[in-house]
Amino acid sequence: MSIYFTKEHEWVRVKEGIGAVGISEHAAHELGDITFVELPAMGKVVKQFDMLGAIESVKAASDIFSPVSGKVVKINEALNDAPEIVNESAEDAGWLTWIEIADEAELKNLMTREQYDEYLKTI
Amino acid sequence: MDEQLKQTPLCGRHEALKALMAPFGGWNMPIQYEGIIAEHAWCRAKASLFDICHMGEFLFEGDFAAGGLEDVFTFSVATIPVGRSRYGFLLNESGGIIDDLIVFRLAPDKAMIVVNAATAPRDFAVIGARLKGGAFTDISAATGKLDIQGPLSRDVMAAAFGAGIAAIPYFRFTTMNLFGVEAIVSRTGYTGELGYEIFIPSDKVVELWDQLLLDERVKPAGLGARDVLRLEVGYSLYGSDIDEATTPLEAGLEGFVDLSKNFVGKEALLRQKEQGVARRKVAFEVNSRRSPRHHYELCFSGEGVGTVTSGVFSPMLGCGIGLGFVRPDLATIGTPLTIIHERVSMEATVCELPFYRGGSLRS
Repeated sequence: MSIYFTKEHEWVRVKEGIGAVGISEHAAHELGDITFVELPAMGKVVKQFDMLGAIESVKAASDIFSPVSGKVVKINEALNDAPEIVNESAEDAGWLTWIEIADEAELKNLMTREQYDEYLKTI
Repeated sequence: MDEQLKQTPLCGRHEALKALMAPFGGWNMPIQYEGIIAEHAWCRAKASLFDICHMGEFLFEGDFAAGGLEDVFTFSVATIPVGRSRYGFLLNESGGIIDDLIVFRLAPDKAMIVVNAATAPRDFAVIGARLKGGAFTDISAATGKLDIQGPLSRDVMAAAFGAGIAAIPYFRFTTMNLFGVEAIVSRTGYTGELGYEIFIPSDKVVELWDQLLLDERVKPAGLGARDVLRLEVGYSLYGSDIDEATTPLEAGLEGFVDLSKNFVGKEALLRQKEQGVARRKVAFEVNSRRSPRHHYELCFSGEGVGTVTSGVFSPMLGCGIGLGFVRPDLATIGTPLTIIHERVSMEATVCELPFYRGGSLRS
């Protein structure tokens, strides 16, 4: 399983054509205590880098952009009542949605873990 | 970082605690230590320590009436008994709020005025210009201030400085010797919890901070938690909820205005009272965990009717809460409002204050 990151700090972990999507640990830390997650509707079709949802912390509200094009096939409903899971486990239990990936070639527009870590040093 | 930013004597302590620092009112202040939600919860359950050294303090010595101090604020200073404090406003000619503040009656001819950090220089100039006599000094730099707030704060203070502290009633203060210097310990605060504001010479404030944090019931809290705490009890924040374009009548704070005495801005308030206000402060609860935020638009039946001035997710209520201003006819409890910002839309209902009623404030 490979994980890829966007410049807007979303990640996608790909397995058999499905991408689990979330925000990076760096982003969760920067946002601080997360108090609300707006998840997309099931079945929603998104394009790469289009708006997928929103996330709010005590400090700020941020949009979430989709790292890949495709259809939303699962959402993490646990976040409705316990959005703090994203703080506790941003790159694992704090996943937001699963997306059926339309075109895996788009992954080349994203960063690998190593590239993302380098990118974080520049911002 | 802006090189103009001022720092309190505790800056080194905050950095050692790895606090997230940010500019606030011209000062480099701690926003959070371990996290806003954890610090908020600690204050509601135990006792939290806040660095409030950035706030301004002025001293007036002389005859309040002859010196003109009696006519400066929306309340009478002369009728505050020695050992008590009073909250109210410094207004401009139009009745707009230059600042909200607390006056401490230290002696028959001596009062300390405690003001917000960002407004302090202007407050000092405005008050100074209105005085006709007496000695008026800015003691902000020489004065350190720590707030300890939370249901256990009385026990903590008594353990550290003696049982006499337990006798101080709400909105009263005492002077006492701490670390060899005179300090003012006041039963006031801004969180809705039992608590104290401690004024001490600024060169002793680090010692006081260290001493209070020795008690394991006490943890430091930053301005982030302070903002959530104050909003849950519905207190207005200067610069967000009230400002020079807002009068106490619009802000629902007429209880702190004594129209039977003279003060600058009184004529404007009397006119406004006669004509009716064009907008009125409301408190509202959102029907989800979503936070309303400063400048979001308030709508009623699809029409823009006002603006959010403060908003946050309330950990105690589990929903978004906020303050804002709307057309006066919509300020009734129960009025449904829609809060709009870009593609965000949330439903809210006008409610009573305080949002959170379980505080230990008057225990």
